[in-house]
Amino acid sequence: MSRSRAKTVRAGLHALGVDRVDFRWPGPHGFAIAIDRLTIARGERLLLLGPSGSGKSTFLNLVCGIAVPRAGVIDVLGKNLAAMGTTDRDRFRAEHYGVIFQMFNLLPYASALDNVVLPLSFAPERRKRVVRKRPVREEAARLLAALGIQGSLAIEGMAARLSVGQQQRVAAARALIGAPELVIADEPTSALDKRTQEGFLDLLFGQIEEAGATLIMVSHDDRLAPRFDRALDLCDIATIQRGAEA
Amino acid sequence: MILPRLAFLSLRNRWLTALLTVIAIAVSVALLLGVEKVRTGARASFADTISGTDLIIGARTGGVQLLLYSVFRIGNATNNISWQSYQDIAHRSEVAWSVPLTLGDSYHGFRVLGTNEDYFKHYKYRGNRDLAFASGRPFDDLFDAVLGADVASRLGHKVGDRIVVSHGLGVIPQGEHADKPFRVSGILAKTGTPVDRTVHVSLEAYEAIHIDWKNGVKTPGLSPPPDAVRKLKLTPKAITAAMIGVKSKLSTFGLQRFVNDYREEPLLAIFPGVALQELWGIVGTAEQALILVSAMVVAAALLGLVTMILSTLNERRREMAILRSVGASPRTVIGLLMIEAGALTLLGVLLGVALLYLGLYFARPIIDARYGLYLPIAPLSSAELVMLVLIVGAGFAVALLPAIRAYKMSLADGMTVRI
Repeated sequence: MSRSRAKTVRAGLHALGVDRVDFRWPGPHGFAIAIDRLTIARGERLLLLGPSGSGKSTFLNLVCGIAVPRAGVIDVLGKNLAAMGTTDRDRFRAEHYGVIFQMFNLLPYASALDNVVLPLSFAPERRKRVVRKRPVREEAARLLAALGIQGSLAIEGMAARLSVGQQQRVAAARALIGAPELVIADEPTSALDKRTQEGFLDLLFGQIEEAGATLIMVSHDDRLAPRFDRALDLCDIATIQRGAEA
Repeated sequence: MILPRLAFLSLRNRWLTALLTVIAIAVSVALLLGVEKVRTGARASFADTISGTDLIIGARTGGVQLLLYSVFRIGNATNNISWQSYQDIAHRSEVAWSVPLTLGDSYHGFRVLGTNEDYFKHYKYRGNRDLAFASGRPFDDLFDAVLGADVASRLGHKVGDRIVVSHGLGVIPQGEHADKPFRVSGILAKTGTPVDRTVHVSLEAYEAIHIDWKNGVKTPGLSPPPDAVRKLKLTPKAITAAMIGVKSKLSTFGLQRFVNDYREEPLLAIFPGVALQELWGIVGTAEQALILVSAMVVAAALLGLVTMILSTLNERRREMAILRSVGASPRTVIGLLMIEAGALTLLGVLLGVALLYLGLYFARPIIDARYGLYLPIAPLSSAELVMLVLIVGAGFAVALLPAIRAYKMSLADGMTVRI
């Protein structure tokens, strides 16, 4: 852990605080999740483990403010997401979050550059942060280069034509542009081979550290745990119910 | 400005489907506007066929029928007016001018009209425009003929050519007046009216070519040569109809009543404008049906647009989820779909307008020549513009259905698509 990051983590400021949250997807086959308490410090790298169907995606939807709990508090950077209106939550997510999906997570018809600058269209403050340093597309190109995507063909061509590994790095650049405080990664390495996986995580961690962001990554691969400040099994912090019992 | 760009990129990605949708909308819009242009053109063409004539008189029949055969050269008169009755009416004090009209013969399918030189002076069309000669002049000799513009151009005639008119109106003539050929003395300039498709000869010439005809049949051995005919008194016994101009408009009704109550023979006097309206009223039902069919075609094209968007929604759920993850609200998702639909409709409308004018440019001479319908290439009327704005608005509106569906999907999917 670098000195500056350790200082931030030790400061005790939390990026995310979950308190007695209770959520259930609508419908007859509703899936319900209840989390008593979880706190993640600013600058912390948390690995959240769990097998398929353990509620990882639901947890991410809650943390991102797309799903709203029936009860409880989801405190992100000092704001209670559950108490916000839809528009405010969307705006908050755009300003403070970067999200990396498992795969196929780019707009296939847009270029890598377009994909990277996309979040700034919904986040004026984040955009200002970028523009203060350099033009938006220049910053996007810098991030892409830092993550190993170079050459006009890769940057300007359609994202669908990139390899899976390149797509993941573009997705990482998109999540990191404008230095959001919280980066959420949903099994970003599951489609990558071991060597590409290592390389991708190196690049991702380097950029996250540079941005001073908090990372919450969900995965079913516990071999990744040593690279994180903390690893948690979702089954240990959440109670899951399915179907009628939910 | 990200939404229009995303919409553009997304449509570019599905360019073939999008192009076909745009073409479907364009064709329907061109059809709708084309029907509207033909409708207004036909109405204007009808209304512009005759102006400045206060009354048309003929044997008693329906007003529309009298108008059709006397002005439009469509159909036949059921009876004639005796020359005496015509003279009686023409010499009344309220009459400023009168033009006798005799119909019956044809030339290569074009009607031959017997009249006098006053016809070229008093016949007016399209807001009191006078007939003009493209070449030559009115009748000089008994066997002179003046051709309408279409007759001359279609048959390749010029001044000085000899023509032989046929007896009767059918495509297969009952006989030719070959013994008394006419010389083309003049060719009229294009009017966009039935005048263009008429061969004009003098009333006396009409009498002259029928001098050896009795009850519609040529009497063998009784045909005097043209020079001998010139010496005969060729006053017609009857005419088909007459155009009347009055000195004072106030006297028009009185003159009409006089003609309609004429004791010597049953006659009818009509106001051309009123008969035109009546005629248009009859055609109006078909006109409404045409508009309705065109509107249905536009509605079908818009339904195609909705179907196209709906059918691609499922494969675009991931796209919606990505947008949501970067901060797009469900309303943004709705906006994206509506912009796409609106842009496709707008493109369709613009292409439709271009198709319309292109079609008009190429089809106008054919329509004019074949149907005598003059369609001006004019800017879109305000009614047509309103129609187009409504279509674009409808394009946006119909996208609401798939947009709401996408909204519900994006709420249910969140950031993770379960396909």
